[in-house]
Amino acid sequence: MTTITTPARTNLAAAAKPRSLRGAWRQIRQGWQLYLLLLLPVVWLLIFMYYPMYGAQIAFRDFLPGKSITGSEWIGLENFTRFFNSPMFMRLMKNTLWLSLYSLVVGFPIPILLALSLNQLQTGFFKRTVQMVSYAPYFISTVVMVGLLLNFLDLRRGPVNLFLMQLGLDPIQFMGSAELFPSVYVWSGVWQNTGFATIIYLAALTTVDPSLHEAAVVDGANRLQRIWHIDIPSITPVIVTLFILNMGQLLNIGFEKTYLMQNQLNLATSEVISTYVYKTGLAGGIANFSYAAAIGLFNSVIGLVLLVSANWAANRLTNKGLF
Amino acid sequence: MTIETESHHSISRIRETGVDRAFNIINYTLLTLFLLLILYPLIYVVSASFSDGAAVIAGRVWLWPVNPSLYAYEKVFSYPLIWTGYGNSLFYAVVGTLVNVTMTLIAAYPLSRRDLWGKNAILGLFLFTMFFNGGLIPTYLLVRDLGMRNTRWALIIPQALSVWNLLIAITFLRSSIPQELLEASQLDGCSDFQYFIRVLLPLSTPLIAVLSLFYAIGHWNQFFAALLYLTNKDLFPLQIILRNILISSQIEMDMIVDIKSMAAREALRELLKYALIVVASVPVLIIYPFVQKYFVKGIMLGSIKG
Repeated sequence: MTTITTPARTNLAAAAKPRSLRGAWRQIRQGWQLYLLLLLPVVWLLIFMYYPMYGAQIAFRDFLPGKSITGSEWIGLENFTRFFNSPMFMRLMKNTLWLSLYSLVVGFPIPILLALSLNQLQTGFFKRTVQMVSYAPYFISTVVMVGLLLNFLDLRRGPVNLFLMQLGLDPIQFMGSAELFPSVYVWSGVWQNTGFATIIYLAALTTVDPSLHEAAVVDGANRLQRIWHIDIPSITPVIVTLFILNMGQLLNIGFEKTYLMQNQLNLATSEVISTYVYKTGLAGGIANFSYAAAIGLFNSVIGLVLLVSANWAANRLTNKGLF
Repeated sequence: MTIETESHHSISRIRETGVDRAFNIINYTLLTLFLLLILYPLIYVVSASFSDGAAVIAGRVWLWPVNPSLYAYEKVFSYPLIWTGYGNSLFYAVVGTLVNVTMTLIAAYPLSRRDLWGKNAILGLFLFTMFFNGGLIPTYLLVRDLGMRNTRWALIIPQALSVWNLLIAITFLRSSIPQELLEASQLDGCSDFQYFIRVLLPLSTPLIAVLSLFYAIGHWNQFFAALLYLTNKDLFPLQIILRNILISSQIEMDMIVDIKSMAAREALRELLKYALIVVASVPVLIIYPFVQKYFVKGIMLGSIKG
């Protein structure tokens, strides 16, 4: 039996292989116009996304302006050890992680709650208004957002402190306080992004089978029980996916907002990896490209590790990982 | 027996509606609070910008403008840098979006074809850059070495494509354009180019609207690239000029030079900021209600692939 099937199988495989290769060639030749269309985007991708990855090797070199990337001296991990041993290392890691975790803990669940709550409303004027108004702040630019914060929270002229003073309370130095910086950063982010972040959950909630709800009503389940037992389980895959993506971004505290909110008074908590890379590499008097690139590369690698670990954990726990 | 079940039923139904009614009241209350929390700062900015500066810094503006006037807007629009910034931002938004949408479509169409040999490998090449990149410094050095610093291209070419938007486009083309259309066109002797231009593009208007919107708003609000690559004032987009005024508080003296007292200057400074915020955000907020449905559609397309 085996002696017969084995040659037969190899014959089949041998026959299939050239055929698929020839098929591939025919596909490529017939689809040349498709490859031609793809050419420009792929070339762009290689130059602007992949070449910088190659250029990241300056993190391991002593790169001097004027010299070429490969022409400068290879110094191995010196830039990295210098960063790990510098007093800035702990501060940057602490600030970056704290801002990220604070944003995640506050900013991740609120859109889910808002979506669940909006989903309980019947479509109508009120629901449409809440949705439309809640998306609006998302379109405000970061510069304007920070400008708004500075104006609203100004110590003497901002409406928030004017209101506190009218209540007979002491005004609060919001923007010039290292202690309050993370809260101002996170809660203004909630104000700006919550509405927009609900869209994806609301979309997921529309796919819930209505007969599940009808059956639950017949069984005497109230709204809260239906949310808990039907709505939340239905959107769990979306929640897990977004959570993994968020984990991958944990060290990527947005440069723009942090940088714009920074001042001498809150720097103790507002200096994060991305702003420090910019300042050491590009904004300072002496451009320290290699050192800054090393910090940036460290950041990218940790980001990738976090993403892969979160995905691994999600696969183990729920079988619903990204890849 | 029947009476018992009936009474049991009605009791449970009463309790149900009780919980549900409480839930509804709390739900509506919380949502109304949320609505006001989002809306109030926006109303305040607009009201303050139309008010008397002295009333703003004294905290007399709460909801509606106090002593309404267009004074702040006259001042803002008489400031030449605002016009330069507006013009530049418009250029970056229009040209940048044109480049973006073209690049996204010519990449998305071949990658959406199921019969493209090697599509998964090429798509993987794009996707990987969502999770890992060379970092700020190598990218900066590349743009510098290409001679793009202090040119308008620095804000357009390095951001010519967003992989996230590419995914939205691929998902749209795969899910919204029937496969039979391609087969029928091929039977009619349509080449891939012809199919792309004559069949696919006309059917993709919702997609093009979504992409244009995402990209245009990105360009309009772009700040970082301009900070990195531009030092020439004539090329500054609006966001850089806004940063200088709103955050670094650099207000050119000629804007307030004709004002005598310190207090009045202070009041005008404050007023100008509110007016500027309105002026800078109006283009986006005006088109927003009209295009909101496309935005939602775009996000939903992104989530399918997710």
